[in-house]
Amino acid sequence: MSGAFSLINMHYLLGGLVVTIVVSVISILISFVLGTLIGIILFEKVPYFTKTVRFISNTIRNLPLLLLIFFTFFALPKLGVELNAFAATVVAMSVFEASMVGEIIRGGLLSVGADQAEGALSTGMNKVQTLWHILLPQALKKSIPPLISQFISLVKDTSLATAIVLPELTFRSQVIYGQNPNYMIPMFITIAIMYFIINYGLSLLAKWFDKRMV
Amino acid sequence: MINIFLENWKTLLDGFWITILSSIVGLVGSLVLGTIFALLEMAPNKFLKFIGSAFVEFFRNIPLLVITLFFYVVVAADFHISGFWSGTIGLILYTSAFIAECIRGGVDSVDPGQMEGARANGLTYTQAMVQVVLPQGFKLAIPSLGNQFINLVKNSSILSFVAGFDLMYQANVISGENLDPFNTYIIVGIMYLIITVSVSKCMSIIESKVNGGATE
Amino acid sequence: MSKFKLKRVGLIASIVLVIVIIGGIFGGLEAKKHQAVDSNDYNKIKSSHVMRWGVKGDTRLFGLISPKTGQSEGFDVDMARAITAQMAKNAGTKIKPEFTSVTTNSKIQLLKNHQVEAVAATMTITPERAKVIDFTKPYFPAGQSILVKKDSPIKDIKQLNSPKYTVITTIGTTAVQTMKQFAPKAKVISMPDNSQALSALESGQGVAVTTDNAILYGLADQNRSTKVVGKPFTNQPYGLAMNKNQPELRSAMNKALEQVIANGTYNKLIKKWFSHVPGLDWRSLEK
Repeated sequence: MSGAFSLINMHYLLGGLVVTIVVSVISILISFVLGTLIGIILFEKVPYFTKTVRFISNTIRNLPLLLLIFFTFFALPKLGVELNAFAATVVAMSVFEASMVGEIIRGGLLSVGADQAEGALSTGMNKVQTLWHILLPQALKKSIPPLISQFISLVKDTSLATAIVLPELTFRSQVIYGQNPNYMIPMFITIAIMYFIINYGLSLLAKWFDKRMV
Repeated sequence: MINIFLENWKTLLDGFWITILSSIVGLVGSLVLGTIFALLEMAPNKFLKFIGSAFVEFFRNIPLLVITLFFYVVVAADFHISGFWSGTIGLILYTSAFIAECIRGGVDSVDPGQMEGARANGLTYTQAMVQVVLPQGFKLAIPSLGNQFINLVKNSSILSFVAGFDLMYQANVISGENLDPFNTYIIVGIMYLIITVSVSKCMSIIESKVNGGATE
Repeated sequence: MSKFKLKRVGLIASIVLVIVIIGGIFGGLEAKKHQAVDSNDYNKIKSSHVMRWGVKGDTRLFGLISPKTGQSEGFDVDMARAITAQMAKNAGTKIKPEFTSVTTNSKIQLLKNHQVEAVAATMTITPERAKVIDFTKPYFPAGQSILVKKDSPIKDIKQLNSPKYTVITTIGTTAVQTMKQFAPKAKVISMPDNSQALSALESGQGVAVTTDNAILYGLADQNRSTKVVGKPFTNQPYGLAMNKNQPELRSAMNKALEQVIANGTYNKLIKKWFSHVPGLDWRSLEK
């Protein structure tokens, strides 16, 4: 048992935790910004454009993330986009999660409703001001709990990047238990605890927001 | 692109079938298990409540890949479990945690008067829950359950990590041989879309039927 | 009225998205242009002073990631270093090797995608592969064999020719094809990499792992409850790989390979990595 938790192994594993967190944070930021943009477009119904964006984001949402990761890493270079495992993971996850986030934001905007917009416009605000000051803040507030559960999924899904040899947490645990089969159970327990702490923490945050808003 | 399909149609259809099979087994299993855990979570007994929430929180917060690999390499050492079953058991455990949450959400939005009324009519808690509240909760949960089913189909690609012979696994094998990942993954993507889009169409039909029935 | 006005907001959002997408496409094209300019990998290596190698991360003795350094270590990795150093010496410049972990399934893709310039990753020279990439002369004699648990009654590949046996391979290896030839009736499952194949054997997902004997000796060394049985039943030497149409790189690598063998570095590395492996006649590997 002690061998599994040797200083060298733990140092290596924690490095994987850092990779997992960095990939998650970058993907969360990008997908949040891009997703909000998509949400607004889906909500506003721009001729042709909304339809196109809806088609693309629905297609992406209906594909397995693993497929998108493989595609980004192995197939995109054919179009001239060279990405290493880290960048490919971030790109695939950001695009996938952005279309998920877009759907959440659209839902939030819908529930805030056109009434609010009408009211704000009648007070003399222009459309950009209305969206920026009235609709979006309320929609975002309403979307916080589902957004956080989406981001929990994102953190868990970083483990899929094992498939393209990104040295994140799950991959590194495999390298360690590859040395000795006796390390398997300790490694599984350790990484399960690590993922659990991050995600349970996030879900407590979601619950806290949920309570505060009621 | 078509010729990749023509050359490998048998393998691809095999994978397509395994993906569907795993999704159906996963769906049935996680519906049953998810309902049980939702009931436990809502039980008046504190101990049962703890068991329910502990299960749900645990499986919701760790990656599906970790659960699946655990069954494939650790559990299988003592009880033989194939890749297909490791992946499908992983899917069931993982998805049932989400389904439990959907059902709980549905039941929560059922008018509490229903429970009180049923109890006043002499039903026990269990009878009132199972016969009166749960069916209504299910109806309310249908839209969010639909999303979980689509996620289930997509997540079945986890089988590729444990040689489960699903669509994703076959895609990797084929692109490893023809060295044309671009077109191979596009074909496989289309095949996934066929499943997920039909599931989402089915769900919206069910949704409108159930809602139509409710207003009658 | 107000709804009509609101549409403009969507228009603005749409324009922003278009800009993002166009930016992405231009970025991609820019990268492609960059790539087209440096289509001569040998010149690119000399001018950038970096040679990017794909090596294994899951194969003991050849390329196995060490938790200590996070880098791959093994015979292939050391060969890549030696070849790079020799090439630098021949070209009279400095070249630094850089390593990327590849899996059996991804090594050819990464080459074709220009993510690496060369691959030293237990790669058998086959006619199919030679259609899409090029190889140096063979640098290591390998042949396929089988690995079983120590208490297994299996003694050679022929015994596995029955539907009741499951044999474990790694996705993208030549072992998948040779199984069709030597034990067509056996069920074959392919794992993503060698260490997962070993884990699968360990947990009883199959009765044997089949791949090149040298890799199997590494796995047996890693897990002492397994053993390599039977003589190798194929002859599949390894080559270093590079992209097609890179004649300068290919001849530079071939030349460096010859020199590395001639000056004794090759034998030193063979001794370093294989002399401690139980059951392997490492002297027969020397050149």
